[in-house]
Amino acid sequence: MNSREQILGRVRRALTDVPKDDTAYEQAVSRDYLREHGERTVEETVDLLAENLADYRAIVHRTDAAALPSVLAGLLAARGARTVLVPPGLPSHWLTGVEQVPDRAESTPHELDGVDSVVTGCAVAIAETGTIVLDGAPDQGRRRITLVPDHHICVVRVPDQVVSSVPQALERLDPARPLTWISGPSATSDIELDRVEGVHGPRTLEVVLVSGE
Amino acid sequence: MSGTYLGMPAFPAAAHEAVRDRTLRGNLRHATHTIRAKRAKAVAEVSDWAALREAGRQIKDHTLRHLDRYLVQLEESVTAAGGVVHWAADADEANRIVAELVRATGESEVVKVKSMATQEIGLNEALEAEGIRAYETDLAELIVQLGKDRPSHILVPAIHRNRGEIRDIFRSEMAEWGRPAPEGLTDTPAELAEAARLHLREKFLRAKVGISGANFMVAETGTLVVVESEGNGRMCVTLPETLISVVGIEKIVPTWRDLEVFLQTLPRSSTAERMNPYTSTWTGTTDEDGPNTFHLVLLDNGRTDTLADQVGRQALRCIRCSACLNVCPVYERAGGHAYGSVYPGPIGAILSPQLRGTQSEIDASLPYASSLCGACYEVCPVAIDIPEVLVHLRERVVQGGPVTRGGNKVVLRPAKGHAAERAAMRASRWAFGHPGVLRTGQRLASRSRRFLPRTLPGPGRAWSASRDLPQVPAEPFRDWWQRTRGGKDGGDGK
Repeated sequence: MNSREQILGRVRRALTDVPKDDTAYEQAVSRDYLREHGERTVEETVDLLAENLADYRAIVHRTDAAALPSVLAGLLAARGARTVLVPPGLPSHWLTGVEQVPDRAESTPHELDGVDSVVTGCAVAIAETGTIVLDGAPDQGRRRITLVPDHHICVVRVPDQVVSSVPQALERLDPARPLTWISGPSATSDIELDRVEGVHGPRTLEVVLVSGE
Repeated sequence: MSGTYLGMPAFPAAAHEAVRDRTLRGNLRHATHTIRAKRAKAVAEVSDWAALREAGRQIKDHTLRHLDRYLVQLEESVTAAGGVVHWAADADEANRIVAELVRATGESEVVKVKSMATQEIGLNEALEAEGIRAYETDLAELIVQLGKDRPSHILVPAIHRNRGEIRDIFRSEMAEWGRPAPEGLTDTPAELAEAARLHLREKFLRAKVGISGANFMVAETGTLVVVESEGNGRMCVTLPETLISVVGIEKIVPTWRDLEVFLQTLPRSSTAERMNPYTSTWTGTTDEDGPNTFHLVLLDNGRTDTLADQVGRQALRCIRCSACLNVCPVYERAGGHAYGSVYPGPIGAILSPQLRGTQSEIDASLPYASSLCGACYEVCPVAIDIPEVLVHLRERVVQGGPVTRGGNKVVLRPAKGHAAERAAMRASRWAFGHPGVLRTGQRLASRSRRFLPRTLPGPGRAWSASRDLPQVPAEPFRDWWQRTRGGKDGGDGK
């Protein structure tokens, strides 16, 4: 008998007390928790996102579609970023005057490590938790490009891409895609529970909330 | 389950030593109290906490009651998404599978995400024996690995170390494992984290094989979820060409939607955050994004035996948040090492004796490593009634009885060393069944109460060394009631 059959057999023997007509999944779980916490206008939800992002040490900027390219250029210049990783579907007018490194499958991790910054869009942002979620869509690129460089700028279209809560975010996401949920920059509290930003991922996360894009 | 720390004394002896270590006690007290206060605040932010907790309990209970069905469904969906599923009945088999998978890649080193399952089976040591070096990449696990130490907390395994100790470990050990610690390294947490970043980045960038566990597996979609803070998890699950995940069979949730419950309760319960910095989900493999080969090793290792116990199976609901450790007065003073397992604290006290059986001295002592104060049950985000299981396991240790071990039903013999307890329980049962005997005994105790000792003689001395004996009343309650009818007859109660 192989281990698969052995384990499944043990599980079935362990569950002989469970009646055959046991409650179906749909009835077994009462979903009387909230779909979102509190009532807010759309504007208030976006404000809450900004507040919670900042609370977890992300740097938040707000702008409109017209000013976005100059805001991004300014952020990159302020960091002294000479090279920027760019996913294939990032709107080309967003970035000007900086050397762009395309996201390619052939790039080695060492090459990515030599790039200064990365700019991406996102799939959805969650106000209550201050979370941005990337799903690998063309404006976000492969998972590793937002991981290896030390500086990540993420552009969130407001209010379209903003939801209030975790349940609302999951509804919008496709589990078949690889997802990365990001709440603030990399952090550790392993040394005497003192929070330190930036252990392995980007030490700086900047989120640009753009309206009218 | 392997992973009993070799030569580990039973809990009372280990704890006795730990409570005399003032540095350890100070480190632990600071850490548990800090995180405890933060957690309470994070939980208070969500008004529907009780409903989320109940839903979490129901999802896990339902899954466990139909685990065979969900395991088969998970296998199908992972396979359909391009992954390969392996089944491991015990630690040895899981280690063998992983070692063979690594060897097939031609590599001799792997990077690891912090994972309780791989610690439980002693994977690093097993790989070492096969000539494969496993690098722990979580900062706390790195501290433990470099210090040739053992983890002492589920979430912050190096909680027993302070910054000075960590600096010393980095200075003396890093060079042997790769990039040495920077010259003049101080003990500020920021500098220590930077030293770890540089040391580990070398390994991430060249790694061809990553090994992880998972916090959740979704049966419906075949999705695995890893929740973390530092980004080392993301490094390990996306940069290598091959990813091997070793996951306990109880980590399943039925549907994608179920994550909405646990992604709200887990971060708040564990690190007291609204959300942890990074959560990664992957479903099989994705073309040109992340590893092109994905193996899932489903681990039993005592879980089906635990499932067979109708009271004890609720321990399998555990999502490893470690909230119960941080509120436990026993853990706070004894520290994690005293529990002799990778699962310390209240959850360890019910999980280890079920996964490993109660034959060893340490496992038989674990159900007693508690004051039964109930704080662990209060904070548990999936409502595991830890005190109930503790009492159930105490009964099993003392009285023996039917249990399942290795898939077979066996009858456990009463443990040695509890003869006095059993005799006392038998005597009290007899006395309560014979009212006359009880009355005489109580009267005798009242009348002779001035002569009763403050400590017990003989084998009872150890018990009374740390406790006050209960005071005997001047008059038994029954006599008082008969005399006064509860004070109604004008008696003054004296």
